[in-house]
Amino acid sequence: MTYFIDRRANAKHKSAVNRQRFLDRYRTHIKRSVEEAVNRRSITDMERGEKVSIPARDISEPVFQHGPGGKRTIVSPGNKEFVEGDRIRRPGGGDGGGGAGEGGSSNQGEGMDEFAFTLSREEFLDFVFDGLELPHLERKALVDLDEVRPVRAGVSRDGVPARINIVRSMREAYARRIAMRAPIRRALREALEALEEEESKDPVLRNPARIAELRAEIERLEKRLEAVPYIDTYDLRYNNLINQPQPSSKAVMFCVMDVSGSMTQAHKDIAKRFFLLLYLFLERNYEKVELVFVRHHTAAKEVDEEEFFYSRETGGTIVSSALTLVDEIISKRYPPGQWNLYVAQASDGDNWDDDSVTCREQLVKTLMPRLQYYTYVEITPHAHQALWEEYESVAAEYPERFAMRQIVEAGDIYPVFRELFKRRVSH
Amino acid sequence: MTRRKPIATGSDWNFEVLEAYESELARLADEYRLDIYPNQIEIITTEQMMDAYASVGMPVGYHHWSFGKQFLAVEQAYRRGQMGLAYELVINSDPCIAYLMEENTLMMQVLVMAHACYGHNSFFKGNYLFRTWTDASSIVDYLVFARKYVAECEERHGVTAVEQLLDACHALQNYGVDRYKRPSPISAEEEMRRQNERAEYLQAQVNTLWRTIPDRKPADALPDGLDTEEDPLGLHGGGRYPPEPQENLLYFIEKNAPLLAPWQREIVRIVRKLAQYFYPQRQTQVMNEGWASFWHYTLMNRLYDEGLVDEGLMLEFLQSHTAVVNQPGFDSPYYSGINPYALGFAMFSDIKRMCQDPTDEDREWFPDTAGSDWLDVVHFAMRNFKDESFIQQFLSPKVIRDLKLFTVVDDDQEDMLEVGAIHDERGYRRIRDSLATQYALSVREPNIQVYAANIRGDRSLTLHHVQDSRRPLARSVYPVMRHLHQLWGFPVRMESVLEDDGVARRYQWPLPDEEAKGH
Repeated sequence: MTYFIDRRANAKHKSAVNRQRFLDRYRTHIKRSVEEAVNRRSITDMERGEKVSIPARDISEPVFQHGPGGKRTIVSPGNKEFVEGDRIRRPGGGDGGGGAGEGGSSNQGEGMDEFAFTLSREEFLDFVFDGLELPHLERKALVDLDEVRPVRAGVSRDGVPARINIVRSMREAYARRIAMRAPIRRALREALEALEEEESKDPVLRNPARIAELRAEIERLEKRLEAVPYIDTYDLRYNNLINQPQPSSKAVMFCVMDVSGSMTQAHKDIAKRFFLLLYLFLERNYEKVELVFVRHHTAAKEVDEEEFFYSRETGGTIVSSALTLVDEIISKRYPPGQWNLYVAQASDGDNWDDDSVTCREQLVKTLMPRLQYYTYVEITPHAHQALWEEYESVAAEYPERFAMRQIVEAGDIYPVFRELFKRRVSH
Repeated sequence: MTRRKPIATGSDWNFEVLEAYESELARLADEYRLDIYPNQIEIITTEQMMDAYASVGMPVGYHHWSFGKQFLAVEQAYRRGQMGLAYELVINSDPCIAYLMEENTLMMQVLVMAHACYGHNSFFKGNYLFRTWTDASSIVDYLVFARKYVAECEERHGVTAVEQLLDACHALQNYGVDRYKRPSPISAEEEMRRQNERAEYLQAQVNTLWRTIPDRKPADALPDGLDTEEDPLGLHGGGRYPPEPQENLLYFIEKNAPLLAPWQREIVRIVRKLAQYFYPQRQTQVMNEGWASFWHYTLMNRLYDEGLVDEGLMLEFLQSHTAVVNQPGFDSPYYSGINPYALGFAMFSDIKRMCQDPTDEDREWFPDTAGSDWLDVVHFAMRNFKDESFIQQFLSPKVIRDLKLFTVVDDDQEDMLEVGAIHDERGYRRIRDSLATQYALSVREPNIQVYAANIRGDRSLTLHHVQDSRRPLARSVYPVMRHLHQLWGFPVRMESVLEDDGVARRYQWPLPDEEAKGH
């Protein structure tokens, strides 16, 4: 007796739990690989999985086994030239253990020093952002929100045909039919009984007029019964949708970068990675993320990505010009009620001295109150200048929403990024 | 000459065609007296096959990271094309569950049905080890019970606690089998009902054994070197607990470990039961694969003889079959030990040859077999042997010559390896002995037993490792001892004993201080 069962439609990923357990167990190993990968990878290259290797000895499942030594006899196939009593030099290092058949019960590919496997893109990004928290993730308050989303809200009597709730409609129709037919049926039954009674009388006692009357009545009632509609317009019920205001799931990220002569391409690459990490991070938390690139030297300009990263300028630096532009763009295009606003600024710390004070005032007074978060990274191995000091006082005023760090080389980015966004335990 | 009327041609399959072939196979298998469990053939996708692989082919299993590791390894190997997924997976259960992958060609599906649903299936039902040690009808129920129980424990005691316990049990699972006693089969419900009783009862017993206040009249044991004051007449002198060495480490732990909670004992038991279930498979690789290959070969040829498959399919089959039973030589880059399919297939085919067409050599070596009814002999061989004894009994000089087997003696007291025997008159028997020994589990795995539990003193546990031909333990002994220590709760020691009774080496965990620095 044989059964065939088609299981192809069954759930895949039966091992998902076990896979996750494995990843959890070797979290530290995997994290190390992921961190290396983030530092190594090119900027456009974050959105894919990663091959991870773990030293096999770290994840072995030990069992009692024979070690090398002692005396053993190994049977092997494929003898070509040996005869009994031949003496052979020991193969270097090992003891030719390959001949021992499926020795022991090491269930892993033997002889592998590294246990290698591939993380999926999601797993990879999970590890990249593991333990990080988007600052002030509390979505924009509901007040003055234009963003709405239709949600189900029971059933209603009117609506469009596409939203008919069939079950409810049929139930209404059924109830109505019962209600409308019951009195007619009752009358009909009474008429039928009367007729039967009349007809069962002795022929001489029958009243032909009465019988005719009853017959007519029955016919009328049967017609009425049939006339009760099976379904009527007022039986129809529709799934009701109402528009509910939603916390904003949109975010806009302003990338602000100094492109004055002092910023080299290496500086820009570092900045780019930082922006990219932030972008990926936001993307995982909001449904929609828009990017605005603002670059500045002595004047600020909104540009596209290509120009942002790769065109070169010369001249001095006025940071406040960029802050003013960001402020303008926010007012024009991104009303804070509907957008979560993030600014990331990268610079080498150069600024015209008297401009730094302007920057601070601008930030504290106009910009910070409207922003979710402001990050500033200074890419320089040198001592800080006026801008840093002014920013420090901004940070003191908005400790929750303003973060600044120094980056010296590419390898610093990831740790700095983690530092900036690490989950805050206390409240 | 039969007119060819193949059931289907080409490489595409559908369920009607599979069913048609299956019923033909059933008819032929019946002719050959293959007694089988009902077949449950499941068509699955590649992804599901990898899942099945990762859970050692069990349809349900408890969760553990090691299965995840297995999955990742399989996935990686498969993606890189290092490994085709084995084209079949079959489970020793009643009904016998076999998986067919959807992307197999028609030929593969027919081959797999012949191999798994008739070959392996009849082996599971017929071989004495499986008959004695496994209970095909209750295994799936038991797995369901195990999965539920482990999940409940995870909820109640935390995933980490359960995981550590399972790690420890897995390290010892090869020593969680009874080699001589047969356990009585019970169903999952029964198991569940008993489990509660057992938990209470067991704890009570363990408590008795480990009472804090020593019993003034020790029933059995004074561990070695304990003061004789308590037993001045020496009535119980030399007694140990356990009185006899115990080979089933997990069983001993389940019943005797002082500190385990009842749920922990139950999990030890689950791992032990599953190890026991897989125990026959570990001892019959050559026979099982050889038997299945022998029958897929025979059945496919019958299908061809009757014209039910066409030449194209047959050629594809022969190519696949040849690859499966290929044995690369020891010096080939593809060599990875003796291929159990090759050896097993060669031996079963040779038994048939000896019966049908015996030579003088066969008559001399196998007087009982030569010229008998081949079907009787192969059935007899399948039923009554395991790899070790099967090779000892049936490995013929012809197979040794065909495979050009030879032995190499590796003695660490000699500078050079020595060729011990080759495929000649003087070598046949020695090669046969060596090969049989090579498949004996007792030789493949170190011989380790519970020697003594110091129930009056420091509660330490002492194991004995009896060295075979002076072969020492690998360094993995330390991590395994650590796991054992975790289960036992008190120091564990191991004495590596030479065959002539001297102690070659002692291990212990936790490590003594000065040695701890060295590790």
